[in-house]
Amino acid sequence: MNDVKEKSALSQPAREEIDKWVAKYPEDKAQSAVIPALHIAQKYNQGSLTDSIIESVADYLGIPKIAAFEVATFYSMYELKPVGRHKMGLCKSISCMLMGADELGDHLQKKLGIKFGETTPDGKVTLKEVECLGACRHAPVVHMHNRYYESLTPEKADELIEGLE
Amino acid sequence: MAEQELVEIEIDGKKLQVKPGSMIIEAADDADIKIPRFCYHKKLSIAANCRMCLVDVEKANKPLPACATPIMPGMVVRTQSKEALVAQRAVMEFLLINHPLDCPICDQGGECELQDVAMGYGKSVSRYTEGKRSVKDKDIGSLVATDMTRCILCTRCVRFGQEVIGLPELGATGRGEHTEIGTYIEKSLTSEMSGNIIDLCPVGALTSKPFRFKARAWELEQGTSVAPHDCVGSNIYVHRHRDKVMRVVPKDDESINECWISDRDRFSYEGLYHEDRLTQPMIKKEGAWQVVDWQEALTFAVDGLKKVIDDNTAAQLAAVASPNSTVEEHYLLQKLVRGLGSHNIDHRLRQTDFSDQLATPVSAGLPISIEAIETQEQILLIGSDVQREQPIVGHRIRRAYLRGTNVCVINPMDYHFNFDVKEKIIVSPSTMLQELAAVTKAVLDQTQNTRHGKVADLLKQVTVSDSHQRMAKQLLGAGDKVVLLGAHGLNHLHSSQIKLLANTLSQAISGQCGYLTEGANATGASLAGAIPHRCAANLGVAKSGLDAKQIWQSQLKAFILLNLEPEYDCADPQMALASLQQANFVVSLSPYMTSTMKDYANVILPVCPFAETSGTFVNIENKWQSFAAAAAPQGEARPGWKVLRVLGNLFEQEGFDYTVSTEVRDELKVAVDGMTMTQTNQDHIPSTLNFSANVDLERIAYPPIYRTDNLVRRGESLQRSGIAEAAAVHLSANTATQMNLADCEQVTVKQNGQHVNLPLHVDGRVPDNCVYIPSGFAETAMLGVTSPAALTLERS
Repeated sequence: MNDVKEKSALSQPAREEIDKWVAKYPEDKAQSAVIPALHIAQKYNQGSLTDSIIESVADYLGIPKIAAFEVATFYSMYELKPVGRHKMGLCKSISCMLMGADELGDHLQKKLGIKFGETTPDGKVTLKEVECLGACRHAPVVHMHNRYYESLTPEKADELIEGLE
Repeated sequence: MAEQELVEIEIDGKKLQVKPGSMIIEAADDADIKIPRFCYHKKLSIAANCRMCLVDVEKANKPLPACATPIMPGMVVRTQSKEALVAQRAVMEFLLINHPLDCPICDQGGECELQDVAMGYGKSVSRYTEGKRSVKDKDIGSLVATDMTRCILCTRCVRFGQEVIGLPELGATGRGEHTEIGTYIEKSLTSEMSGNIIDLCPVGALTSKPFRFKARAWELEQGTSVAPHDCVGSNIYVHRHRDKVMRVVPKDDESINECWISDRDRFSYEGLYHEDRLTQPMIKKEGAWQVVDWQEALTFAVDGLKKVIDDNTAAQLAAVASPNSTVEEHYLLQKLVRGLGSHNIDHRLRQTDFSDQLATPVSAGLPISIEAIETQEQILLIGSDVQREQPIVGHRIRRAYLRGTNVCVINPMDYHFNFDVKEKIIVSPSTMLQELAAVTKAVLDQTQNTRHGKVADLLKQVTVSDSHQRMAKQLLGAGDKVVLLGAHGLNHLHSSQIKLLANTLSQAISGQCGYLTEGANATGASLAGAIPHRCAANLGVAKSGLDAKQIWQSQLKAFILLNLEPEYDCADPQMALASLQQANFVVSLSPYMTSTMKDYANVILPVCPFAETSGTFVNIENKWQSFAAAAAPQGEARPGWKVLRVLGNLFEQEGFDYTVSTEVRDELKVAVDGMTMTQTNQDHIPSTLNFSANVDLERIAYPPIYRTDNLVRRGESLQRSGIAEAAAVHLSANTATQMNLADCEQVTVKQNGQHVNLPLHVDGRVPDNCVYIPSGFAETAMLGVTSPAALTLERS
C-alpha cells in the first residue's frame, strides 16, 4: 500500500480490512475501494467520520482528498457528525408511510425525546429518516445494526428501545 | 491511420461533411451554428450535465444533448425547431431556479455565458416564487474570488483540475440541491495555472480576485500582447480601462498556449502599478537625487558615460540587460555600446560557465515546435522544474504523458510534476553532471555508438549502474525523442559540460536537444547581439567582450543597465552589487526605482515595462512575436527602444534614426534571415569533466516562480497565492539531523563573510548534503547563487 503518514487516523485493523477490499480491484484502481474503505473507517470510529479520517482514507488509497470528500458527503449512510451507539433508521417511503410510519416516527421522537437527525443526550440512540429499505411487505420498518425490525407498532418499538444497552 | 471517410449529416438544413464519431456540437461549432451550452468545453471531457445543448434529432423520440450525441450518417439535426426550443427554454428555466437574478451586482455581468444564453433562450419573467438556495463562499486563495451561490454546477472547473492540470483540488461535495463546488477543507489552490478556471466558469461563481469590481467588461478596451515571463511567449489580451491595464486574459493560439495561460502571465500586471514605479527621470548630483526632465537626464547620462570613456577606454563600459527586454531594446543597446567601442554586453544573467560560447550556435531554443512536445515518445528533462519555469511546456509534457509518453528526469531536486516520471535520478547539482555522463555512457555502450569518440574518451572512468542502464534503455525506446535542459542545467556551474553531454546523448538516441531558456526573450537577445562574442545576427567580433560573469569581476568604471535588478537577477548578486558600487558612472534604464539602485546608480531613466511598450519577443521555437503597446506609459516613462535611440543620437552615432519600433525589428530581421550559421555547431570538448563538488554543502538556488523578474516580483496577489514561496532554508531530513537542526527553527546562513537568518524547512525534495535557498528575495540577495564559496548553517 501507499506510505501512510505517521499521523494517519486509521487504525491497523481498519487498514487491514481496507486492504482486503483494495485487493479485489486492479492494482492501479484503489479508488474503486473508496466506498467500503469509508464504511470500514466509520465502523472503527464509533459509527462516524471526521475530516481527518476521510483524508487518511484518501491518503491510504492514494487518491486526491477531494475525491474522498465527494463520496463521503454524497451518501447518507456516512455520518459526518458523531452518532449514538445505536443508529435507528426509520423508513419513510410510501409503503411504510401507508402502514403508519408517520405515527411511528412521532412516537419514536417522543419516546426518545429527540427529533430526526438527533442523538439522545446519553449518546445511546440516533434517530434518522431513511428512504425505502426494500422490505415493503413487512412495513413499517426500522434498520439498525444491519438488521431489519419489521411490522413495527409503537409497542414493539418501545420494547426494542428498552432492550438497547 | 487511414483517413476516415466523412459522413454527411444535416444541421438546420445545412448539409455537412463531418468525421464519424465526433459529437453534434463539434460539427455545429465547425459550421458556425450556435448551440447554447454551459458544461461543454472543447478542451475538457464531456459531462453532459447542464442539458442546455438539447437539440431535436430526427427519428429520436426525445431531444438529445448535442455535446454527447455522436454523429451518425444521414443524421438530421434541428437546433431551432419547436421541440428544441421548448427543451432549451425549459432547461434555462431550471438553471435559473437557484441562480440569483442580480446581474447588475455580479462581477461577471456583461461577459456571462448564463446571462447571454438567458437573453437568447430564457423567459423575461420567472415563474419561480420559492426561496433560492444559497451557498457559502469559499476562500480558495488570493487569485480566484468565489461567489458560489451563482454556481450552476457545470463542473468545468472540477474537470479542469482533474484533466488539464492533474491537480484535483476542487470537487462537487454533497448531493442534489446540497451539491457545492469547493475544496471542502479550506485551502488555497496550488496550481500554477489555476486562473484558467476564471475563464472556464460560465457564470460569476469564479472570478478574478485582483480584478474584482474594478471595471465592467464593456468599458474595457482590448489590446493583444505576448506574455513577458517565460520563453514560451503565450499570446494574451491586455484589457485596459482609461489607459490602465485592468487584467490579462489568454488569446487562443493552438500552436503555443491553446486557450490557457499561467497565473504568472495572468496576474503579474499588478506589478505595473506598484509603488516602486518610477515615473520621472532622476539624476544624482553631489550625492543627492533630483527629479529632472528627460533632456537634462539624457544629457547628464551621456556626459557621464563620455567622461569615463574619455578618461579611460571604451573597454571600461559594460551593458547588462534582462532577458525579458524586447528584441528592439537588446538590439539598440548592443548597437549603442558597440558603437561606443565596447563588446561588453550580456543578458545571460544567471549563467556562470561561458567556455563553450564560441563553439555553440548563437541562439539555441527548442528544435521542435512547442506543439510537437506532445507527440514525443521519450522526454528527458535535465535540471528543470518545468511546470514552474515554463508552465505551458509543463502542460504539453503532461499531455504527452497522458498519451503514453515516457518522461525521465535528472534533477537536483525531486520536483513534483503533474505527470508520472518513468525513471528519475535526483542528485546534488555537481553530481548531476556525473549521472548525466553515466547515462550518456550507457546509451553509447548499448548502441555501440562510435561516432562520439572524443566524448566517449571523457567518459572512460565513469561507472555505470543499473539505474543508468535502465534510463538509457528507456531513452532508446521507439518514437520521437527530445532532451530538454532547464534552468538548473543551463545555469549549472559547468553548464558547457552539461550541454555537451545532453547534445551527445540526444544524438545517440536519435533525438533532439532543446534548451528551455530563461526569461521571455533569451533567443531574441542572442540574435540581437546582446552577447559579448557575436554582433547582431551572428556576425563575428574580432575579440569577444566580457561575459556576464567577467563583467562583474572586472571592476569596470561605467555601466548601462536595462530592466535589471542585479540583487535578484544575477548569479552572484553580491559581486554584481560590489562592482556597481565601485563604478564611476551607472545608468539604469528601469521601470522601477529601488533603494539599492539609488545607492549605485547615477541616472535612472524610467522605461516602460511590459504592456506599455511595443516590441518583439522571440520564443524558444524561434517564433518572432511583435506586439503594440497595450496601455499608456505611466507618468513620463518612455519605451526603452526610444530612450536608447535618443542616447544613440546624443552620442552622435549613425543609424539611430528610427521612428517606429518595427523599423528596428525589420532591420534586425533582415540580417537574421540572411545570417549564416557557419563556424558553429562544433562540439566544445573540455580536457576533463568536473565531477566533484568543492564544497561540503552544495547550494541549490533558483528564483521561485513568482520571483523571476522585476514585474512578477511586484505582483502582490501572486506573492500571496498558494504556491508563492518565502525565503527559507530547505534541507533533507537526513542532512538536518546530521547538522542537528530541526524543522521550523531559525538558522544562520553564512557565506563570503555575509550572514542571514532564515527559517529551516525539512524538505523531502532536497537531496542529502544540499541546501535549497531560493534566490530572488531581499533576504537571500547577499548569498551567491552559484558561487562555489563554502556556505555554512548553524542554529541562530
